[in-house]
Amino acid sequence: MANAPAGGITPTHDTGTRVTQVFGTLAALGVAWLCAFGLLFSPADRDQRESVRIMYVHVPSAWVAYLAFGVTAVASALYLLRSSHSLTWDRLAGASAEIGVLFMGVTLVTGMLWGRLSWGVFWTWDARLTLTAFLFVTFLGYLAVRRLGGTQHQRAKRSAVLAMLGVLEIPLVHFSVRLWRSLHQDATVARIDGDPDLDGLMLFSLFVGLIAFTLLYVWLVIHRQRALVLEDALDDHGLDAALVERRAEAALQGGGR
Amino acid sequence: MAERIRWIRWQRTRAIAAKDLRVELRGRVLLNQVIPFSVLVLVLFGFAVDDDGIAQRVAPGLIWMATLFSLLVMVQRTFAVEAADGALDSLRVAGVDPTVIFWGKAMALAVQLAVLEIVLFAAAIILFAPTLRVSGVALLTATWIVSTAGLALVGTLYGGLTAGIQGRETLLPLLVFPVVAPVLIGATRAVESGLGTTGAAVSEGWPWIGLLTVFGAAFAAGGTLAFGPLIDD
Amino acid sequence: MEDAGFVIGSYVVVLGGIAVYAATMISRARRLARRVPDADKPWT
Repeated sequence: MANAPAGGITPTHDTGTRVTQVFGTLAALGVAWLCAFGLLFSPADRDQRESVRIMYVHVPSAWVAYLAFGVTAVASALYLLRSSHSLTWDRLAGASAEIGVLFMGVTLVTGMLWGRLSWGVFWTWDARLTLTAFLFVTFLGYLAVRRLGGTQHQRAKRSAVLAMLGVLEIPLVHFSVRLWRSLHQDATVARIDGDPDLDGLMLFSLFVGLIAFTLLYVWLVIHRQRALVLEDALDDHGLDAALVERRAEAALQGGGR
Repeated sequence: MAERIRWIRWQRTRAIAAKDLRVELRGRVLLNQVIPFSVLVLVLFGFAVDDDGIAQRVAPGLIWMATLFSLLVMVQRTFAVEAADGALDSLRVAGVDPTVIFWGKAMALAVQLAVLEIVLFAAAIILFAPTLRVSGVALLTATWIVSTAGLALVGTLYGGLTAGIQGRETLLPLLVFPVVAPVLIGATRAVESGLGTTGAAVSEGWPWIGLLTVFGAAFAAGGTLAFGPLIDD
Repeated sequence: MEDAGFVIGSYVVVLGGIAVYAATMISRARRLARRVPDADKPWT
């Protein structure tokens, strides 16, 4: 049942607080606006017609994915470089990475759908798409390393170092893919999220999308990070309980002789 | 004083590299298992592609793919050797600097990789008959050196992370393959330019050598910094 | 709307995916929160 401390029934709090309620509500409103503008009010594009509406979810997803990755990188650096080595940074990095994977996956799927409509193919090896796919896999690796076990600080150090190496790789992959694709003269094949002519209303819808998704991201990250605090706390309690048991055992054995 | 310390560290690095190479010479795993495996990969690619013209054009890519698969095997082996007797921990307890271990193992891995790549290149020439040209030899040699360095550094670094504990080894491909993507792209394009398989001129290969060098330098630095924290569990 | 399938499908994938993730994550967090004393929750 609910974890009631001796002394009476007190309600236990979950990961929600006023802050998350505010962000959650704003995010929900933003998403509703996005649907209204993206699907109804904004005009069809001259060249891409209705398929341009996918842009209003695809671009904001991509933005959040990169934002999430950036937060993971910065939080990882802060964990490593600050002498306090506070696990709060580690948990923020982990939470942001998980959400980043979600948004990156969604970016890739919508990119494929948009590409199928606009250019007839699900995938093109254009630099941006390839880099996104690369980041997606790198993030997956990062999350897998976080689950390798060991102490919380071991997990934090390993994944933080991995995140830093990831930051090192990104420009390398970016430039090699760019150099590679430039050989194939991709400039003539317009890229999927490359600048359809945006009129005012379209720009506004895109803007709404970016705001809404950023709010969503913040809301999700706060919840996920707190959930990680809970997971770690349970781990600690498990350890404490095991130690208590062990000492009790030892005491019994000692007393029994 | 600093001079002496540097010399000692260099001696230790060489000792570790020599130790790894001696283990290989005694066990002949590279010779008897990894090289045949890699050539087999090339042969299987030949079956899969089933078109002489296409196979000839993609031969450079196939060489590097086979190299990458073999890299995984070699990295796992080089750390399995340590894990068996807890040798890595013993070295650390004895006060050996992790960067010394990193560079020692990376050097040994590089030597073995270099041998592997020569064999694969020769096998590809035989199997897929791309034409060799004298003008491309310098480029091919440069590619060989720089790519090997980059792959050895990345392999040693991530190998250290995934070594030992069961359930970790399967993580190695997932971590390493995205990271070495630039090497695959760059080395393949450079070899294509060296051989002229896609009509590429030799001059088009040199920018890739630049990229590969930057890659190597980045992971020389990154590996030196990161290897210690990663293995100090 | 032409291509309605793809367009609506995209929105469903994105918003649905996020919703599913949020729901599972938060319900799991609720279950965890019941087992952890409030003292360990810095946001309370």
